[in-house]
Amino acid sequence: MTNNAAPPVIVVSELRKSFGDKVVLDGIDLNVPQGTIFSLLGANGAGKTTAVKILSTLIAASGGRAEVAGHDVASDPDSVRAAIGVTGQFSAVDNLLTGEENLRLMADLNHLSKKDGKRAATDLLERFDLTEAARKPASTYSGGMRRRLDLAMTLVGSPRVIFLDEPTTGLDPRSRREMWQIVRELTAGGVTIFLTTQYLDEADELADRIAVLEGGRLVAEGTADELKRRIPGGHVRLQFTEPSEFRTAQRVLGRAAHSDGDALALRVPNDGSLRSLKALLDQLDHESIEVDGLSVHTPDLDDVFLALTGDSDNKKVTNR
Amino acid sequence: MTTAVASHPLRDSTTMVRRNLKRMVRYPSMTVQLIAMPVLLLLLFVYVFGGTLGAGIGGPSGGRAEYVNYVVPAILIITIATIVQGTAVSVAMDMTEGIIARFRTMNIARVSVLTGHVVGSVIQAFLSVAVVVGVALAIGFRPQAGFGDWLALVGLVAAVSFALVWLTVAIGQSSQTVEGASSLPMPLMFLPFLGSGFVPTDTMPEGVRWFAEHQPFTPIMESIRALLMDTPVGNDVWIALAWCAGIALVGYVWAKKLYNRKV
Repeated sequence: MTNNAAPPVIVVSELRKSFGDKVVLDGIDLNVPQGTIFSLLGANGAGKTTAVKILSTLIAASGGRAEVAGHDVASDPDSVRAAIGVTGQFSAVDNLLTGEENLRLMADLNHLSKKDGKRAATDLLERFDLTEAARKPASTYSGGMRRRLDLAMTLVGSPRVIFLDEPTTGLDPRSRREMWQIVRELTAGGVTIFLTTQYLDEADELADRIAVLEGGRLVAEGTADELKRRIPGGHVRLQFTEPSEFRTAQRVLGRAAHSDGDALALRVPNDGSLRSLKALLDQLDHESIEVDGLSVHTPDLDDVFLALTGDSDNKKVTNR
Repeated sequence: MTTAVASHPLRDSTTMVRRNLKRMVRYPSMTVQLIAMPVLLLLLFVYVFGGTLGAGIGGPSGGRAEYVNYVVPAILIITIATIVQGTAVSVAMDMTEGIIARFRTMNIARVSVLTGHVVGSVIQAFLSVAVVVGVALAIGFRPQAGFGDWLALVGLVAAVSFALVWLTVAIGQSSQTVEGASSLPMPLMFLPFLGSGFVPTDTMPEGVRWFAEHQPFTPIMESIRALLMDTPVGNDVWIALAWCAGIALVGYVWAKKLYNRKV
């Protein structure tokens, strides 16, 4: 599918999962090339975590096939486990142990020698800015520190594929940015990242490719740009206080402008470039129209997401 | 089913035992609480009920002094039962935390998470048994056991705690909540009362007596009592060991099945 030269690391076909009568994954296909960040985007309950659980060998699929790092998750889970690292939605650290002990525990479980384990722990503490807190129990860590420790623990075994299930949910903006930076650095070393998120900006920021999961099906897949191109372009929103100014502007800008709701506001299609903005402002200035406020909207994944998932709702309705 | 990756069950289990021991050290109030319970029961039974119950039992000296010697085996079983109740709680706590999910996605010997709990708890059980025996000696317990008897006792305590720990490791996993895990093993605490632990079974009404004579803790307590007092052990020790083997096997199979289940 992809013209990428890198071999696929995660290959999923017709993957299904249901819990009793409830269908959570309804036949999804995925192909993630090595060294890329793939993001599975969806609202709460869309099936993202279930997908991660199947790919990380935690639960069995009800149907379909999934291969991770060249091994089938159902028939050869141990080989898959040896190649992956998982940082889940709920922190997987031992609260009674210190940060350093948690890392040493991972080193022991990855069968590193005592010396290598110690070095790996020291390096990771340094890299994740946890050196100062190294000897404190994890229960005393802040949300951001705990998530960093969690990811550091995942990295001890030098996994080739990393699953990050909503890695920044519940983090403050600064910790989120730090997390993003760390994730970006990881791919530099050829690691493949499978990221699930409900935040569109996160997928936009990090992912090479994005798949939108809705009701157990993939409703769209592509790069962030490809997805954005699927919906109508950007616009400028003009806000007025005087009804007379609003009417004049409506007349001058003509058919291109639509009124935005009941407010005295207009949406004017615009690509957001300086040139086209200047042209618009000149036009308003020329007619001496008083504009109270102006904001530029470029299409973001929010628009894509709402458009796509709204679509599927409509389909459901018309099918019935 | 072919797997090219190496498995290190022994190393992984050692790592997990170390983890559990560290957790016990970090959370000492739990261990202290678990040891306090049987010690309090011992003091209660010796100083509050001991005079009367001891007189009922008879024996050369009678009374309280006699009763200490009689009741210690039951208190030792309660000691082990209390510890394994703690095991169920800590297993349940582990299961509700994300770290177990992490272990499951790692290439480690699967059973090591459970053996970590088992070995950790058996060590904890020995520690509490030692404390309880110490307190008992301080309040007048006078065992007649020789060196061989003590060795046999260590073996028996190991067998009983090993069996009960596997059972509660399964119980800890089967309960959805930590609260559930702490109440489910409660019957283990009561079984010594419905046996020969506190009074001889021949004073009980027929139905209760039948149960008391056929439940697993009675042969175990009788064996411990015989070894401590250097009286003939008879068949009890074999029946006791058979019960231990059976309980351990059921617990092990159940615990492993619960741990490996894939929803």
